[in-house]
Amino acid sequence: MQIEQKAAAPSGSGHLSGSGDFASRHIGTDGVAQLEMLSVVGYDTVEELVLAAVPEAIHVEPLEHSSIPRAATEREALAELRILARRNRVNRSMIGLGYYDTITPAVIKRNVLENPSWYTAYTPYQPEISQGRLEALINFQTMIEDLTGLDIANASMLDEGTAVVEGMLLARRASKSASNVFLVDADALPQTKALLANRAAAVGIQLHETPFDLDPADVPELDVFGAFIQYPGASGRVWDPSPVIAAVKAQGGLSVVAADLLALTLLKSPGELGADVAVGTSQRFGVPMGLGGPHAGYMAVKKGLERQLPGRLVGVSQDATGHPAYRLSLQAREQHIRREKATSNICTAQVLLAVMASMYAVYHGPSGLKLIAQKVHAETALIARELREAGVDVRSDSFFDTLEVGVVSADATLAAARERRINLRKVDDTTVALSVDELWTDLSGATEDLLAVFGVTARGGWDGLSPRTVREFESELVRTSDYLTHPVFNTHRSETAMMRYLKYLADKDYALDRGMIPLGSCTMKLNAATEMESVTWPEFGGIHPFAPEEDIEGYLQLIEDLQGWLAEVTGYDEVSLQPNAGSQGELAGLLAIRGYHHSRGDFNRTTCLIPASAHGTNAASAVLAGMKVVVVATNELGNVDLDDLRAKIAEHADDLAALMITYPSTHGVYEHEVRDITDAVHTAGGQVYVDGANLNALLGYARFGDFGGDVSHLNLHKTFCIPHGGGGPGVGPVAAKAHLAPFLPGHPMAQRDTIGHRGDAEQPWHRNIVSAAPYGSPSILPISWAYVRMMGAEGLKAATGAAVLAANYVAARLRDHFPVLYAGDNGLVAHECILDLRPLTEATGVTVDDVAKRLIDYGFHAPTMSFPVAGTLMVEPTESEDLVEIDRFIAAMIAIKAEADAVAAGRWPADDNPLVNAPHTAQAVIVGDTGTGEWEHAYSREEAVYPVKSLIRGKYWPPVRRIDQAYGDRNLVCACPPIEAFAD
Amino acid sequence: MADKTTLQYTAEHEWVLVEGVVATVGITAYAAEKLGDVVFVELPDVGSGIAEGKVIGEIESTKSVGELFAPVDGTVVAANEAVVSSPELVNSDPFGEGWLIKVEFETLPTLLSYDEYSRLVGE
Repeated sequence: MQIEQKAAAPSGSGHLSGSGDFASRHIGTDGVAQLEMLSVVGYDTVEELVLAAVPEAIHVEPLEHSSIPRAATEREALAELRILARRNRVNRSMIGLGYYDTITPAVIKRNVLENPSWYTAYTPYQPEISQGRLEALINFQTMIEDLTGLDIANASMLDEGTAVVEGMLLARRASKSASNVFLVDADALPQTKALLANRAAAVGIQLHETPFDLDPADVPELDVFGAFIQYPGASGRVWDPSPVIAAVKAQGGLSVVAADLLALTLLKSPGELGADVAVGTSQRFGVPMGLGGPHAGYMAVKKGLERQLPGRLVGVSQDATGHPAYRLSLQAREQHIRREKATSNICTAQVLLAVMASMYAVYHGPSGLKLIAQKVHAETALIARELREAGVDVRSDSFFDTLEVGVVSADATLAAARERRINLRKVDDTTVALSVDELWTDLSGATEDLLAVFGVTARGGWDGLSPRTVREFESELVRTSDYLTHPVFNTHRSETAMMRYLKYLADKDYALDRGMIPLGSCTMKLNAATEMESVTWPEFGGIHPFAPEEDIEGYLQLIEDLQGWLAEVTGYDEVSLQPNAGSQGELAGLLAIRGYHHSRGDFNRTTCLIPASAHGTNAASAVLAGMKVVVVATNELGNVDLDDLRAKIAEHADDLAALMITYPSTHGVYEHEVRDITDAVHTAGGQVYVDGANLNALLGYARFGDFGGDVSHLNLHKTFCIPHGGGGPGVGPVAAKAHLAPFLPGHPMAQRDTIGHRGDAEQPWHRNIVSAAPYGSPSILPISWAYVRMMGAEGLKAATGAAVLAANYVAARLRDHFPVLYAGDNGLVAHECILDLRPLTEATGVTVDDVAKRLIDYGFHAPTMSFPVAGTLMVEPTESEDLVEIDRFIAAMIAIKAEADAVAAGRWPADDNPLVNAPHTAQAVIVGDTGTGEWEHAYSREEAVYPVKSLIRGKYWPPVRRIDQAYGDRNLVCACPPIEAFAD
Repeated sequence: MADKTTLQYTAEHEWVLVEGVVATVGITAYAAEKLGDVVFVELPDVGSGIAEGKVIGEIESTKSVGELFAPVDGTVVAANEAVVSSPELVNSDPFGEGWLIKVEFETLPTLLSYDEYSRLVGE
């Protein structure tokens, strides 16, 4: 019909209507709804509205030729993904190096990985409505603490390699040593070494690589602030690092041990060996390899180092009635508060994968995990014995799951193995390595096939080898301490119990499957089922990150498609998908700028200008790229203060490296002067970093590269539909103009350099590596691929229009109730709007916290609180919400405003009203605060929990009352509390 | 609790009580309120030398971090252990039990009077 075409298809294409069209399902508002919203905002069409909001100077020129194909239907997109998947070849992997095949319990795959209650949740900043995943994460922390023998673990890291880097930086902060040298194990994983080299160079740390196969008496007397040890080593060697750890400690350094979690069920823990920090990955606990990710890395520290931890930390606190409740602890360490002084730039981590790994431990329990480890170890021992007895040169004598074997020609052995669909690892021309994993021990005939590669026929079989007694390492290293003794790891043995535990936790949480999550700057849009479909296909999951190029043709095609599409929509020349989060994309972009300046001999260009309104991560990333942060003022409109910018540029004329700006700004506004800003920086010899966090407001209408951006990161977990997973995974591609392309992330083991325009072939081999795996987290890239494929260029543009319309509609409807803080051209906002609650707080005493928690009673997740302006709420409805849900939110905000006015008018006391007491649990209204069933408040039970009638039929009940933030930080507990703590 | 009107102040929201050659230092109620619920206090070691204007400690709340600046040159002669173990004292009694350090000094820089500080924070 005419109306629908006019509104929903702003650029004139008529094919967006009709039920076969994915865009019309992704976009929540149809043409009729959009017309109604447009009438409130005061425009005739979406196109008119967006063109009025986006400054004319940056409007995109139509492309003559687009690389983005016409939108596919959901069925077509899946069929194309099937073809890509078939071009990958799943061989039996023995490559090792930190990635192992594992069996994902189906109950976890179906109830966690494929369940929107888990994957569509946001980072648990609103703890009252996040108790389920917070419990899962504290299980993860407890699992890591137990297995590593250390006191406090965080709630995941991006991967093992970057966790080692963070361990090095932690040691630098915490060590009292004045040394600038960090000792590195020569037997470390190669990708970890490359990461350490790149990251250490940026912050001026010197690395000293040394083989640790020494007698304790020979431990070098080096002046170092710390040491890194791989345990077991990359070669598979199991050895006792305690003399090295003691020697490092004796001269004031800290030891960082990367430990294999499965091995730790049999081996003495890093804590018992004296380590200060343990890091690693939980991938082999049930998370598919996926060509390298996503997986949850981990970090654990000794007590006393908890304030030095990077990333998120879940702790136990109590709610308003004294019941135990979980929350994020010690947030003041993090970049959103401490900016350039933060412990790290990490924000998004790997929550969904940490939940999966923790549930793998819940599912198997300590004895089940130990049995898996024993089977892996025994199978490795069996292979070693059979090979040795046949005269093959097995070089490993102390090992857990990995052997090095001497051969005549490594290439010939690898080729023979591939004929039997086995991938081995080449160590050098005459040595191969093989690693056994959980899946291998479950594959019948696998070991016989492997032996045949070496021309050996199995003879002894299991004679005299029992998985429970095999031990191919020294007895001093045998683990004797308990682990995973908490009941949660010893209760859910049946699948029924497991399924119900996962449902019990999911039911406590508010995710997109319940309602709108209008978090400004976070873009909580639809993660469509079709986009998610291929994530669990074995052709994407079962691929080792260092598998040969011919095994990953489908993946490489998908990666190159996506890189091309992202480059086109942002106006850049090249894109790297390697960064595992926006923070890592920022770092990669800044390192590219650093590399560019260095290549021109500009070693003194180290100043990074950052507006006061920027996200804290910008400043934290700049420091990690070796830059000095200089803050540029913002004016009363929330925009970059051009006079101050010019003054700061003049002041730093000789050492200006870059300006980081966010566009649209963190205030949700299209800054009119953006071209003046980028021109000023370029004239002074600086580079412009455009933070792409808000790209959702730009696609199809303007491109970073066209208005002066040199490099940007994008957040595929925002604009391109990868789900937030409760705080990760993320993908933060870095996109750049050709002159920066030679400095985009590379990887020493990449199967193919997917970035053209490399130019100078003399670049160092590690080339700004920022992730452990060459292509970051490939197994979730099909989500974004499918989104672009099903939207087409027209659909992407229509989504931008719908998102901008929704934000302006909310602003227009709520403007009379709450001041809308900033606006750009023609009084319009971009894709989000800031509601100023400070006048309300001034007049009524009702705070941002009160409104946010009261929204829970109304069945909503709060908007972003106090960012970028304290005392405000930032609302981003996204294009995916329909008008009914947007109107329900607006009605809730208006009703809450009326409640606050009632407090101001004296109808309710300031200390006893539905706002200060929010949220209300079922227990609160039935049992009451005193436990007698008496209701002793100035407002009614109905006003407490059913402020609007529609809630009676469908109510989300929060499991806890408001959580005491200070109590949890003052009494830090970061492991599962005893069951008794929950007894009433 | 000290008489606020007789204390001296810094622009970094610290108060200074001078008794002979020893200055007792804390943060003002205004600063404590702005920080929110204080959960962690890091103070310099007793015996350490401090230099005016340099960061010598941190006061961390659930949502922000404040740095403690040395108001004078001198030597730390006492650090309030009670505040380290019960950081909430900074909120509940900033001018009394929530004091932070005592510093032995030789010369006192020019500090703000009560009236001057009150004007600074607009009260």
